Order: sequence, then structure tokens, then C-alpha cells
Amino acid sequence: MEWYINLFIVLPFVGFFLSLLIPRKQEVWLSRLSFTTVGLQLFSALYFSILWLLKGAHVINLKEFSIFKAKDYDFYIDFYFDGITLTYLIIGALLTFIITVYSQYYLHREEGYKRFFNVILLFYLGYNIIIFSGNIETLFIGWEVLGLSSFLLIAFYRDRYLPVKNAVKVFSIYRIGDVGVIMAMWLSHHLWHENISFFKLNNYELVHEHLAEHSMLGFTIAFMFFISAAAKSAQFPFSSWLPRAMEGPTPSSAIFYGSLSVHIGAFLLMRTYPFWEQQTSFRVFVVLIGVVTAVIATMSARVQSTVKSQIAYSSIAQIGLIFIEIACGLQEVALVHVAGNAFLRTYQLLVSPSVVSYKIREQFYNFVPRKETIEDSWPKRVEYTFYMLSLKEWNLDSFMYRNMWNPLKKLGSRWAFLTFKNVYYFFALTFFAGLVLAMNPDFVPLRLKPFLPLLFGLIGLLMVIKAFTERMSVRLSWSLIIMNHLCIALAISFNKHFDISHHIWYLSGVIVCGAIGYLCVQRLRNQGEWVSLDRFYGHVYEHPRIALVFLLACLGVSGFPITPTFIGEDLIFSHIEENQILLAFLIAMSLIINGLASIRIYARIFLGPHVKTYHETAKRSS
Amino acid sequence: MKKSHASFDKDHALHQLKHYLPTQAPLKDFIHHNTLHAFQEKFFHTGLAEAAQIFGYKVYLSLEEYQTLYAGGKIKDEVLDKILETQENDGPKITKDQLLSARSEDTLIPRIGRLRSTWKSQFRIDLDSLVHPTLFRIIGSYLDQGVAIWNFPHNDEGLLSSMRELEKNSLTSFFRTNKVRSLLVSGEFTTESLLQTIVGDETLFEQYLMDQQCAHPGWSGIVAVIDDNPGALTDARKISLDEFIQLELLMEIDALDDHFGSIWAPLATRMPERPTPLFADVVPSETQRLQRLWQDAYEWTFYNNVLSGIKVSRVETEKSTRSFQSIFCIDDRECSLRRYVEEEDPNCGTYGTAGFFGVEFYYQPEHGKFYTKVCPAPVTPKYLIRELESSKSRKKDFHFGKHTHGLVLGWIITHTLGFWSIVKLFLSVFKPAKSESSVSSFNHMDEFSTLTIENTNGEMSPEGLQIGYTLTEMTDRLENLLRSIGLIDHFAPLIYAVGHGSSSVNNTHYAGYDCGACSGRPGSVNARVICHIGNHPVVRNMLRERGIDIPTTTQFVGALHDTSRDEISFYDVDVLQEKNRMLHAENEVHFNNALTNNARERSRRFMSINTRKSAWKVHREVKQRTVSLFEPRPELNHATNTLCIVGRRSLTENLFLDRRSFLNSYDSTTDPEGKYLLGILNAVAPVCGGINLEYYFSRTDNQQLGAGTKLPHNVMGLIGVANGTDGDLRTGLPSQMIEVHDPLRLLVIVEHDPAVVLKTMKINPATFEWFENEWVKICAIHPLTKELSLYKKGTFEPLIYLGETPPVAEDIEAIIGKEHENIPVYLLKTV
Repeated sequence: MEWYINLFIVLPFVGFFLSLLIPRKQEVWLSRLSFTTVGLQLFSALYFSILWLLKGAHVINLKEFSIFKAKDYDFYIDFYFDGITLTYLIIGALLTFIITVYSQYYLHREEGYKRFFNVILLFYLGYNIIIFSGNIETLFIGWEVLGLSSFLLIAFYRDRYLPVKNAVKVFSIYRIGDVGVIMAMWLSHHLWHENISFFKLNNYELVHEHLAEHSMLGFTIAFMFFISAAAKSAQFPFSSWLPRAMEGPTPSSAIFYGSLSVHIGAFLLMRTYPFWEQQTSFRVFVVLIGVVTAVIATMSARVQSTVKSQIAYSSIAQIGLIFIEIACGLQEVALVHVAGNAFLRTYQLLVSPSVVSYKIREQFYNFVPRKETIEDSWPKRVEYTFYMLSLKEWNLDSFMYRNMWNPLKKLGSRWAFLTFKNVYYFFALTFFAGLVLAMNPDFVPLRLKPFLPLLFGLIGLLMVIKAFTERMSVRLSWSLIIMNHLCIALAISFNKHFDISHHIWYLSGVIVCGAIGYLCVQRLRNQGEWVSLDRFYGHVYEHPRIALVFLLACLGVSGFPITPTFIGEDLIFSHIEENQILLAFLIAMSLIINGLASIRIYARIFLGPHVKTYHETAKRSS
Repeated sequence: MKKSHASFDKDHALHQLKHYLPTQAPLKDFIHHNTLHAFQEKFFHTGLAEAAQIFGYKVYLSLEEYQTLYAGGKIKDEVLDKILETQENDGPKITKDQLLSARSEDTLIPRIGRLRSTWKSQFRIDLDSLVHPTLFRIIGSYLDQGVAIWNFPHNDEGLLSSMRELEKNSLTSFFRTNKVRSLLVSGEFTTESLLQTIVGDETLFEQYLMDQQCAHPGWSGIVAVIDDNPGALTDARKISLDEFIQLELLMEIDALDDHFGSIWAPLATRMPERPTPLFADVVPSETQRLQRLWQDAYEWTFYNNVLSGIKVSRVETEKSTRSFQSIFCIDDRECSLRRYVEEEDPNCGTYGTAGFFGVEFYYQPEHGKFYTKVCPAPVTPKYLIRELESSKSRKKDFHFGKHTHGLVLGWIITHTLGFWSIVKLFLSVFKPAKSESSVSSFNHMDEFSTLTIENTNGEMSPEGLQIGYTLTEMTDRLENLLRSIGLIDHFAPLIYAVGHGSSSVNNTHYAGYDCGACSGRPGSVNARVICHIGNHPVVRNMLRERGIDIPTTTQFVGALHDTSRDEISFYDVDVLQEKNRMLHAENEVHFNNALTNNARERSRRFMSINTRKSAWKVHREVKQRTVSLFEPRPELNHATNTLCIVGRRSLTENLFLDRRSFLNSYDSTTDPEGKYLLGILNAVAPVCGGINLEYYFSRTDNQQLGAGTKLPHNVMGLIGVANGTDGDLRTGLPSQMIEVHDPLRLLVIVEHDPAVVLKTMKINPATFEWFENEWVKICAIHPLTKELSLYKKGTFEPLIYLGETPPVAEDIEAIIGKEHENIPVYLLKTV
């Protein structure tokens, strides 16, 4: 029976893979394939769940295979099944099934019919990997897949400005969540001295024993989980991305942002609950954030004048409550709440266009001018302040800009002297010097030793910041991204357990994908296309194939689970010592920005309004 | 340095803006109009060239599309040759080779936006992305009609005054800098002073405002509409375009202050070169000249096809007695239904007229808080008709309720009704049925209610509208209707007046689906009212004195045709005499059969329905579409409309016109002077022309002049739709409505002496403009000689070229069953 679990991963994967092979115009095949995939999944999910319940509902832990193994390091795939998985499995299978059937008709004749079902199936794959994951590593694979599919779905209407802009924005928040997981992985490794499975976390004594010794480390790990969960579930202070994600076709918004995707944060919290259950301070923290989110989001929902953003904020508020329930240990309540909220919001989003006729009819018969609301009883100054804050979404959107992206931009612009022509000299020099030092550790004065990794980590970070903020040259930006990886590798080389094979794992994907990406850009230029980073160029309109290859290259260089770099990143972290928090931070920052920089290049060259105006193009504001 | 004051005239600038911004009303009153009405005072092709170069709109198909049409035989070779021969002399002569080989230019940069782009190019600041999100949020919340639960704390003084009140009494601000906030609160600014700060050169003010407002035509357009017509909103908000502009200017200054500090030079100081004035003369580009010819050839390929069919129509000499007569709306969707009704009962007579049946009034349903206009948009009625004794109740759907957005109630609802949602979700996908969220045309009026049609005591509503019509007013209207369609004798025992409406679900543009002649409402009330008038014995007597003698055995019956479901409902049949009741029962069967056949014909455009199944099954599936949440195309509305035929049914009864024609009945023999023709043309030009051109431009530029695909649409404040949550309002038609439409101008064919047509169409300058500038083409067919003549540059000229007579369709049903594209004109019977 345990064997069945594989099916839930294999089915969506096969469906997704086959859907890539079907020609673009074959609507019928595409919809039949999607229908079969999600239909079979739903059927097996129901069957399996009943069987599981009948057989006593014992937790299943299924260790699959190791992808990479070294001394006290084992990157293995692990699957897990319990009540939480069951609930998420049923919710996911039901909703995806219904939405798929719905979309078969709804998307008829739409330009991206194939793309839509590709992405839905990819999303579904990622979702299932996450909910079945038995350890953080497996979960992280799904986490990345989910992030990518979200990006692709928000930017579904890739020839318009706002969807692309918002997709990049959401991706940047997701990226923060990703790094939360990476950091948690790194810290857990130091806490447990192994790649722990969720199953083991159920061992109360084991957890208790480890936490007693490292209470601070325990809190930090939990906090990292929380950052990831909060980012994915649009909790404070990340809430403002959710309404902005409603750019795709309505059913996709309904399933992604109304239900499945936003509740994944809650899933992560539930899954890791045994780990932080004993940390009262952390539980209080989660409750606090939940309360803040619930209040802020409810007020924001009340002032929204667009249907979808209103539903988005109401959903965020309920998820805030779910977080509280989880932190209070009311897991069953939380699960019911998740299901109810997911179903309700999905349906509300699906019928959202009907709001016009329904409410206008309502109003026609029941209109009362100036309806009093509860807020009218507040003092004016309080009322207006809260109204304006709510309308401005509590400055959460500008908060990310002011405190995260703008300082980065400023920092990047300081490096204006770097050009495509001289960057290689600069880099070669630095890198060579670093390499010499790394090969001959004896040269390095002992007191300087701890600083070398930091130095190169910092250089790497600065490079990728420059890559992220470069406004013109694609080649410069792209090269800097690759150099960033090399710098990170170099920085790690100074650490004790230097192992060249680990570097090969890490860099192989980067180098190959870097070269591929470079060739893509070159090919575009050879075809007489102008490429630069100063605006969106929308070249996907004429060069969809190059765009696809380049996207894969971007994923490769940013450590998406399609190349060994994915494992490599984790390996690199395993070499960072417990006391090198700063180095870990630098590298984590590098990885965040690295992913952003590469997806930004992709977006700027290939997405957005096409630079050529011989066909219809939408206004930037639409 | 002081510049001359005359160089910027704010009123002129606002006037210009309102002229060029889209004039689309809030969703509840969606009415079709010429999207490029601003250019209508110009000759069609000239106006289009300007629209393209100034605003960057796509106004024709691309050269490649025309070439494909040509290759596929949709543009005929001989027509193209003919067009080439007669091309205008406005440049080097275009050859056929050029037409066939030219490619689209790929870098047409419109004039609009160039001045304001200086911010980006020279100052490296992206003002739009700094200003738009907050601006849209504020204006959206201010105008919101009922989405938000906690409303924008507005006062009655207007947008800026409300904002001032907010800013004064709040600990936070919409502005980034204190300076601008204090400026707003102090109120010490004018549009000019703000422009002086930002632009710095008075001669550029107007152009700057055009650039600025046309960067978000949706929001600016709706503000302009409400400014001119405050009644457009149910929940009133005072607003003017001027203050909206001031707000945007303030926010721009704020963004600039925040970015550059308090000292920065205005735009004009760093302009690389003076931009071309927006409205400087436009010379058509090479591509545009080619597109013009292609467009003409495309249109004439179709026109020829139709005209050659019309030409061989029967010459009507004698009227015969009919089994029943039925008056439909002029709407192109009734074109095929009339054909099927006649097929069911070849002895019946069908007529077409504007679907408000000449009775103009406001309608107030029982318990309704507002009046609804049910006549063409330009008409302002003086009458009110109320619905009484309605027994209809409205069900609530908690999914739309505000409680779901509360915190505590939301918690309870998600835990309880949340699980009902999944059931509804499941049913809505696998077993779609009518629900509270759907719109049904039959709900417009309760069929068993009574209407206050007759006014006997001079009763007025509080607003000064007369409740119902007096007997004389009734007689005037009935006489007018009957004479305009030429139905003044040979009355059948039953005369139906069939209005129409449409049912759909998940459809934000539902008002655009109903009857255009009833201001986007179903025509059921109008149908009932005209029939009540027709059956009134006193009216009959008065009418008899005016020369129209309707026998007492003749009775009128009102009905409503639902165009998306192809269903019909008859009203007040209990007043029928015994004999007529039996006749009606027979006719009802005819109508229902005709509707099923009509549904089958429509289904050939729906990919999900197999037209070759039995008509009954197809009809069931067609009905199913209208209640399916997932169906973005409950019907295709006016798509493919290209014709408007004003004349007797004998002109068209033998033609298969593929639902492409508006049909207005008119008998020139009873109206030699063209007295009633004037009224018809006055309605045809703006209503049919408006529909046609809105489809035309939404098709050629669905991104800028249309609303794009409707799938991502988000409802903004119940007044409009946008993509996502922070975009501009989208005006025009969604792509799902226009994708099968061929952008061809409307060809009006009038059956009358060209001299009379010419004289008549010139009477009303507003109507004449449409024809004179060729935004609508007009052709006259002589009732006796069948000679065709085309209006061109002031006169009707005989049409020289005509295509071959269309083939006779042996089995039109078979053609309908297998053809998904447009079907060319066929003759239905051998003539």
C-alpha cells in the first residue's frame, strides 16, 4: 500500500511531461490529457485515503533513494503520509480536478491554451511533492516547482506590462521564502548532524533533547520555517503580493491564490509543528503575527474596491487565523479551516464576474445611500487614519521597495565602473588571487583566515547585486551571475572540508546553463534583435523557442531542481560552519538575488509588451 | 519670464480631452458606440490615419492578414483590381505587386506620450509606476459603487475636497512628501500653477495633459463620463475631470519631490527637441495607403455578394393576407429567427423595427429604487411606467455577501458554508443550472404583473415624469410604429411584438447583450406596452380616424425572445379572444420550432457543440451554455454584423444572410416623401453604426480599443473591469465577443428612390455625418426598377460593378451543419 504514494508524484509528473509534447493547437488532446491526469489522481487519492483510514491511519514514512551521499550528509528523497497530507491531498485533488474541467471550456481559443495546462500540471506536481515530502530536502524541490509555476501563471499574459511586473514582484517574495527553507536546511543540519526526516521530528524526546542544548538555534530554525511559510501564505509583512498575483485567467487565480498555493505556508507550519511545539516563545510569536495579519488583512479587505483583491485579503485574514490555530496546537481545527477557506475562496473567485449583475440588482432594489459602517462610530482621526492605511495596504508593498530593493539599487549603481569589457579582467584577477590563496592555505596568515571566505562571499554578493541592478547590458548582468557562483564556490573553498567533487556538483549546472544562456542572447543578437535591460522587450512573440531555452538556462543558474546545482547549493551550505552565520547570510542573500537577477533578465528580454509595434500591444497601464 | 496667457486655455484642453477619451458608461449601462467617435467629423480613412498616427491605434487589419484573406478567396481578385483602378490620387499609384508583397512596418511610434516620455529618457524617472497604483486605488475607491464594505469617506463637494478632509484628519498620507500634502490641504493651486511647476512651458501644457490622461484612458474616460453625466452612478459621487487631473499633477510633483529632493527643473528644460504637436497634419503612411485599398477590397467583396443577391429579389406588387404578423427588433440576431419563423409558417409576415417599438419611457419594477431607461440612449423620455403586483422574489447568494469578508463571521462561514461551496463548485461544473448569480432576461419584468400604461388623471412622478401615456399619445406612437414599418392594412388576427434580451452568467458585459434600442435592457416591457396600446379600443377608434383600420378580430401579443437561450415568453395571452387563443396555440408551436432551428444555426459557431446532432439536443446544449460559469461565450452577440437593410421583407426573404444583417421594415410605397424614413435613419446610423464600429475597432485593436481577453478581468467598483487588481479600466469589447467578427463597415441598403434617400439623410446633420464621411456606407435600391446606387461624395451614383448572382442553396441546413466560418450569401429558392 505504501508503494501507492509514488503514484501521486509519478502521475502528475507523467501528465506534465506528456503535456509538453502535445502540439499547441491540439486543444482536445491537451484537455483530455489534463482531465485524465487529475481525474486519475483524484480517484486514487480517494481510494488510497479510504484504504489508509480503514487500515488504522498509521503514519507512513517512505525513504526512497539518495541522490547524493557523503559523510554525515545524505540528500535523499523521502515521502510521508499522515492526516495533514491526506487533507491537503483531497483538497488539492478535488479543486484541481474541478478547475481543470472548468478551464477546458473557459480557455477555449485562448492564445496560451497549452501553456496554461502545462503550468497547471507543473503546479500540481510541485504541490504534491510538497505535501508528500518526508524531509526538508524533498519539500524544497516541490517548493521551487511551486514558485516557478506561480511565476509562469501570473505572467500568463506575458505580452502585457503589469502581469510581468507583478510576476517578478511575487517571485521576489517567494525567493525570500526559498531562502528561509535553505537556511532552515543548513541550520537543521548543524542541529541534528544529519538530514532529518519529518518522521523523526515526531519523536518528542529526541527533539526535546536537541533543543535543550541549542535553544537559540532551535528558535532560528523555526523562525526560518516561519519566514518561508509567511511568504507563501502572504502573512504579515508579505501580504501585499497576493492581490497582485491575480493577473492570470480567473480559474487559475482561484486555484492558486484563492486556495492551494496560499495554504502551503500553513502546511509547512503544521508539518514542522513537532519541531517547534516545545518552543513557547516561538508559538507566541506565530500567534502574534497571525493576529496582526488577521486584523490588517480584514481592514484591507473592507476597503478594497475590486472584487478579487477583496477576496484575496479576506483569505489572508483567515489564513492568519489558521496560523493562530496551528500555533495553539489545534491542528484538526486548522485543517478544517484550511479546507473551508480554500473551497469558499475558490468558488468566490470563480463567480467573481457575476458580482456586477448580482450587486447591481441588489442595489437596484435595496439601495440605501451612505450606509453606516462600524468605523463611523470611531473618532474621525482614527477612522480616517485606518481607512487610509488600509487603502495603502499598510504600506506593505512600498515597505519591500523602500527597505529591500531600493537600497540594493543604490548599492548596485555604485559599481557603475564595471562594464562588460572590463568585468572579466577584474574578475579574473580577483578570482585568480583567491584561487592561489585557496590552493596554498599556508600563505594565508592565520588571523586573516576566517575573513577570506567572508571577503569572497562579499565580492560574490556585490557582483550579483550589480547583476540585479544593471540597467543596460544583458551580457554583463549574465556574466556577473555566473561569477557570483564562482565566488561563492571560492569562498567555501577556504573552509576545512574542502572537497572538489562538491564543487563540481555545484558548478556543473551553473557553467553549462551559463553557457547556454549566453548563446541564447548571442543568437538573438545575431538575428538582429536589440536586447538590453532598460525595458521589457517581449521577444517571446517572435522567438518562443529561444525564450524557452533561455528560461531553462535561468532556472539552471539559479539552482532550480533540474541540474546538479540544486543539490550543490545545499552541499555548499553544509560546508558552512555553525559559527559562520555571516557567511551563511551573505551566501543566502546571494542566492536570493541571483535567482531574481536571472529571472529579471528573462523577463526583460522575452516578456512584456513587444518592442515591435506591428501587432496589437496593450497600454502599459492595462 | 512671462508667457502669453492665451497659449493655454484650460477649458479647451478639457474639452479636447473629453472628446478623445473613451466615452464608455459604467457597466450597468453598457451601450455600443463608435469607439473612434472623436474622428467621425473626418472622412473615414482620413480619421483612421489620424487615429493611428496620433494615438497608435490599429485601425485596419495588418497587411499580412489581408494577404491571407486574399489567398483564401475572402478578398476577390476582380474586386481588388477594380479598387486599384479607382484608387484615389493622393500619392504615387499603388500596384498590385505592392499590395501582395508589402510587409507591416514594425516601428510605428505614435505621437501620444512622446512629450511625457522625456521624464523617462532624460530624467530617468518612471512617473507612471510611481503615480498610477495609488491614483487608481484612490479613484477606484472613490467611485466604487458597492464592492468595498467600508467606503471612501467622501463628501458632496468632490474628490479633492474629500481628500482634503481625509488628509487633514489623518495621521498618515497618500503623499510621500509633506510639501504636497500641505499644498493639497491649503488648496492654493490651480491646474495651471501645477502644470507650471511640472512642465514649465505653457505652450506644452495641453499636450502634456493629453499624454498624461491617455496613459490611462479607462479611468480618465469614466471620470469624464461621470463629470458630464453624474446620473451615470447609482451611488452618486461628485467629480470633475479637472480635479482628477489636479490630483494626478499633485501626485506627480510629490513623486518628483521625493525622488529629486525639493529642487528640480521642470520638464521643458531638458527636452531634447520640441515634440510634434499632437494634432499637426497627418500624412497617411505607405502602409496605411495599402491598408485602405485592402480594406475597400475586403468590404466590396462582401458588399457585391450581398447586392447581387438583393438585386434579384422579388418585386412586390400585391399584399396578401397573412396567418399572423410578427414585429421583431431590428437586431441582427433576429435575422435568422425571422427566416425560421417564416419557414415554419410560410403564410406569416415578419417585420423589423427598433426594439423599443416606438414607446419611450422609464421603467420602474416593483420595489425598484431607481428608474431604468428603456429606449435608445440619445432619447430622454418624459414618461414613467411602473410595474405593480409583481410576485417575483430575489434569492440571495451568500458568496457575494460582505460577511464572508469579516474576520469572525468569515471564520464561521468558512467552517460551515465553505463546505457548501465545494458542492456548488462541483455542480456548477458538472451540472450547470440557473442560479442567483446568473442574469435572466425574463427577470426584467414579472409576466403576471400589471403596468401603469394608461394615464387618465394626469398623474406625475415626483421627478416630473408622466405616469403612462394619454390616449392621444398612445395613438401617436402606435400610428408611428405601424406606418414606419408599412403595416397599415391587411392585418392578420394576431400581431406579435417580440422584444429581446439575453441570459448569461459570469458576464460583466451583460448589458451589452440585451437590446441596444432599449438602452441595454430586455425589450419585454416595451413589447407589452405597445401591445396594450394596440389592443386598446379607444386607441383603435382614434387610429381609424387617422386612416388605419385595425379590425376588432385582430389582437396584439407581446413577447420576449431570449437571444442566448432561444426561448420565448408571451405576455397577457389571457386577453385573447377564443378564436385567437387557438390560433396563438398553433403559432406558439411555430415559434418554438423556429427557435430550436435558430439555436441549431447559432451552434455552428460553438466548437463545443456538434451542430449535426438533433436540433432538440443542440438547443438543450445551447441553453446549458447560458448558465455555465465556465462558458465565456453564451452567445456571440452582434459578431459578424455588416448590413442594415431598410425595406420590405420581399428584398431579403429569399436570401440567406447568415445573421449578418440588421433588418428594418419599411415600405416606400406608403411613404413616398420619406417622412418615416427619417426616423429610421436617425436610429440606424447611431445604433447599428455604433454597434458595427465598436465591433470593428475592438476587432482590429483588441488591446487598445477593445478590452482584451475577458478571462483575467477583475471587477472594479461595479463600474468597469481591469486586468488584475492594479490596472487601468478596460473599455471596448472583450476578445471573446469579437473573435469571429470581420471588420467591415456597415452597409445600409434603403429601398427607396435615391433622390428621396439623399434628401432625407441630409435633414439631420448628426445622422448625415455618418454617411457623408463614410463611417457607414449607404446604398439605395429602387423599389420598382431594382436599380442600385451608392452614396459617394454628395450624390448617389449608379453602381456599375456587380458580382455574379449568388448560387441557390439546395440544402442550406447541410451547409450550416458543416461550415464554421462565415457563409456567403445564398438564394434560398429559385427565383
